[in-house]
Formats: sequence, C-alpha cells, structure tokens
Amino acid sequence: MTWASATRRSATQTPDAGGRRRPVDHGAWFLVLPALIPILVLSVGPLLYGIALAFTDAQSGRSAPTRWIGALNFQDLLHDALFWESFRIGLLWAVGVTVPQFLLALGLALLLNQDLRLRPLARALAIIPWAMPEVVVGIMWRLVYNPDAGILNETLRDLGLGDGHDWLSGLGTALPAVLVVGVWAGMPQTTVALLAGLQNTPRELHEAAAVDGAGAWRRFRTVTWPALRPVALAITALNLIWNFNSFALVYVLTNGGPGGRTRLPMLFAYEEAFRYGQFGYAAAMGCVMVAVISVLLAVFLVGRIGGGDES
Amino acid sequence: MRTSTGARAGQYVALLAYLVFLGFPFLWLISTAFKSPRELGTLHPTWIPRHPTFANFRQAFDEQPLPHAVLNSLLAALGAALIAVVIATPMAWVMARRRTLLARAATGWVVVSQAFPFVLVIIPLFLVLKNLRLIDSLAGLVLVYVVRSLPFALWMLAGYVRAVPAELEEAAAVDGAGKLRTLVSVTAPLLAPGIVATALFAFVTAWNEFFFALVLLKTPEKQTLPVVLTHFIGAEGVADLGPLAAAAFLATLPSLVVFALIQRRITGGMLTGAVKS
Repeated sequence: MTWASATRRSATQTPDAGGRRRPVDHGAWFLVLPALIPILVLSVGPLLYGIALAFTDAQSGRSAPTRWIGALNFQDLLHDALFWESFRIGLLWAVGVTVPQFLLALGLALLLNQDLRLRPLARALAIIPWAMPEVVVGIMWRLVYNPDAGILNETLRDLGLGDGHDWLSGLGTALPAVLVVGVWAGMPQTTVALLAGLQNTPRELHEAAAVDGAGAWRRFRTVTWPALRPVALAITALNLIWNFNSFALVYVLTNGGPGGRTRLPMLFAYEEAFRYGQFGYAAAMGCVMVAVISVLLAVFLVGRIGGGDES
Repeated sequence: MRTSTGARAGQYVALLAYLVFLGFPFLWLISTAFKSPRELGTLHPTWIPRHPTFANFRQAFDEQPLPHAVLNSLLAALGAALIAVVIATPMAWVMARRRTLLARAATGWVVVSQAFPFVLVIIPLFLVLKNLRLIDSLAGLVLVYVVRSLPFALWMLAGYVRAVPAELEEAAAVDGAGKLRTLVSVTAPLLAPGIVATALFAFVTAWNEFFFALVLLKTPEKQTLPVVLTHFIGAEGVADLGPLAAAAFLATLPSLVVFALIQRRITGGMLTGAVKS
C-alpha cells in the first residue's frame, strides 16, 4: 500500500521532475480570479475608461451622444486659470503638509524609541488621528478653530493675544490653518512607519558608536539615518501622493473657501464633475494630476538614486 | 543607554508637547459634545462642561437620520471587510508562494493603485454603476470598498502567508490534498490572526470613507455616517456645534475600538510592507 502509492506519486512527478512548480501555476488561476475580476472591472477598467473620457465631451444627464473631441479638454485646461490656481495650492499643500509631518513624526518616533515613562500613553494618543474618520477630524478642528466657542481663540484671549479671529474664513489664515490639520491627521502613519524602521536598526551599532564617543547628532547621522532611509523615502513618497489627492479634510473644513484659497485639485475636479456635470473635463483634470504625480515620483526616485551614492 | 538627566528632561518636555498637540483637539471634541446649549453660547468656553448633558446626542438623533446612517455604515464596512478578505486570501497566497508574472503584476498594481487620484476612477465608476443600477445603493458602495481595500489587504495577507512555513503546505500536498484544500485546512487556520487583522483594517477604512459615499449615495436614508455628519454643517458653513460634536464623537468610537485591537498588527504589517518595498 505504502509502496504502491509511493510509486504512483513518483510516476506522476517524473514528466516534470525538473520544475515541480510549473503545473501548479495553471491551477492557481481559480485562486486568483475572485480578486482579479473585481480589480479589473472596478479599478483597472474604470481607470482606462477615465483616460478615454478625458478625450470626450461627456456630460452628466445630457441626451445628445458623447463625442470624441481629441485634446480639446486639455487645451481648455491649459487656459483655465482657476485650475492652475488649485493646482498650485495642491502642490503647496502636498509639500506643506508632508515636510512638517515628516519632521514632527521623526521627532516623535525617536522619542517613542526611548525608554520613557509616558510612552504607552503617547503611543495610544498617536493612534487617535489615524483611527478617526477624516470627516470627524475636519469637524473636530472646526470646533477648535471656531471664532467664539473654539479653544484656540479662548487660549489666545487668555494669553492676551488677539480676540476672536475666524481662522478658517480669513483669506490669509485659511490655508495655514488647514495645513496644520493636515499635518496633525497624517502624523501617526508616518510616525508608526518611522518607528518600525527605527526598531530595525541594530542596537549594538548605537552602543558601539556611543562607546566610541559619538554624540547624539553624529549617531543619528551615521547609524540611525542610513538604516531609516528606505522607510523614510517610501513613506514620504506615499505621503506626497496621498496629500496631493486629499479631499475629505478640506471639504469639511473650508469646502475650498474662502475665495478658493484652499480649493485643492480634488475639490475642483469634484465640483466640475458632480456639480456642473462636466465629466470629460474633470477626467482630463484627473489625467493631468496623474501625470504630475508621476513626475513627482520620478524626481523623487532620481533623488533617491542620487542620494544613494553618498552612503 | 546612558542619557544625561538634562537630555532626559528635554525628552520629557518634547514628549509632553507632542501629547498636548495630539490630544487636545480630541479632548475639545468630547468637551463640546457634553456641553449644554447655553454654555456653548457663552464667549468664554471652558475645558470641562459645567453642566454635562446628553442633550446634544438626543438633538443629533432628532436632526439627522443617525440610526440609518450607523446601520448603513456598519453594513457597508462589514460587507466590504468580509468579501475583501474572502477573495484576497487565495490571491495573496498565490502572490506569496509563487513568483509568477501574475504575482509580480499584482504587487506592482498594489503600489500603482495608491498613486491614482480617485477622481479619475470615480467618474467612470459612477457611469458603470449607473448602468448596473447600483447608484444610490449600499451594494454598489460595498463593491467599491472591496476593490479599494484589496491592495492593502493583499499586501498585508501576503506578508502573513510568508510567515507560514511552506513545508507544512508541502506536507499536505504530499498527503494528497489539493491546493484549495491545503489553503483552507492547513494555511488558513495559521493565517487566522492575520486575516482578522486585515478584515478589521478593511472595516475601519470603509467605516471612515467619505469621497465615494458622497458621490454614490444620494438619498439621505441610504447615506453612511461620514456623509450624514456633513449635513450638520449647513450650506453656509454654520453649524449647530453641540449636536455636531456629539455625532462626530459617536462616529469615532467604532474605529477607535477596532484600532485599539489591531494597532500592533497594522504596525507589523506596515513594517514588513515598508521595509520590503
């Protein structure tokens, strides 16, 4: 019995003894399809469809058939001052949130990597912004910024530093006020990623460097940072993309106001598509945003390769 | 490690500053949610409500269809999490175990899918779902959420699969079990904690999602909690602060509980993801 099954098994294996894995790959399709079909139908498909729409005059609720209009949408976009203004704000926002977010998160990660007594509390608190729905984050900060009932103005009043400024409606303060919220909301992911990276750096190296008399900054530069760099670059690239594409936070905080000062590209495209029904035009905006993100990423990756030479 | 007392004190000061920065908006939300309307009307707000009350919660339920919203959010998030995990687990297994073109393409897509602005996907998706008569329906939203949570689910699950020794599966195969059988009876039980963590993460993502829900759901009774929350802020941006805070506070609780449960696992998942990319 044992002998028989053993020979049978070896008999079936002989034809592909060189590559035992081969036949499995064909059979693996049925394991992949349940996830692959929805991905193709609801993600890859719409993406290609969206790119195609950018070259049409598609509008919502119009009876006339949609026509191909070539690059006309893109030509119009080129002259759309409002779009470029939102684009500028989008880039300003992406960088203005990502950079302080990274620096603050790095500081917090370094602190959380120490044996400090408040560490569990800090870890728990650092998770809150991450777990919250973005809409709630927006609402919460509206309460903080509220001119009369908000804690920010009350604190400033207590300190004798002003009286009831409406931060989110002020032309000059709206964008900075919203940027602070962006930094706050995205800090946990960055902190957690950096902390994970820190915990991967070998402790012995630190100790060896300390024994050699290296100061904190030197230890950071020669031991911590080289180990942390891959994680730091990956999370920064993702943050740039996520922030450039953000929507809910600003939608709730200012809805793009005052006077378009915080109208991020996503808000602009959303209005164009779902308020004015300009599907083709909004799709063209999406294409331009993808192009810009690709360029941003390319620049970032080149920087990464260039930076790699020094180490 | 040796750290001087001065440096240590500095560290504590810095950590305290972080705690204040991270914690105060949340404390303010809670404080506002429990204040009486009269206290919210006075010019000098206090941290601790003088006469704590649940009136804002009651009023929030009177003003907006909150029970509907909670139920919708719950159904959308549970549906998305369950379906995502059921269909992602086999694919993640293939991705982790076989170095095929497909596995590599899937991994690439996971990364690329993060880069595309939703607006490029939402318009065609809107048209597709409209043709399928799935606009303004929870089923349509669940479909979208499943696909949206797949990249990260696949990434997390593939990491967990790699942690399961392949020898166990080979032993099962030698004993004559098929692939599906091996996956279900050998690998899945060992993956269980990872599958649960992934499902909970998908749940939170769907529970918190706003953009797709805003675009796809029109009838107030069919909308999810984040969309209904924005109705508390009027068209002119004027909000009834108490009920707004109360409803927002309620909307946070499920995510906070779930996050507390899976915090460590997500950190672990992100760790492997970030380091290996």
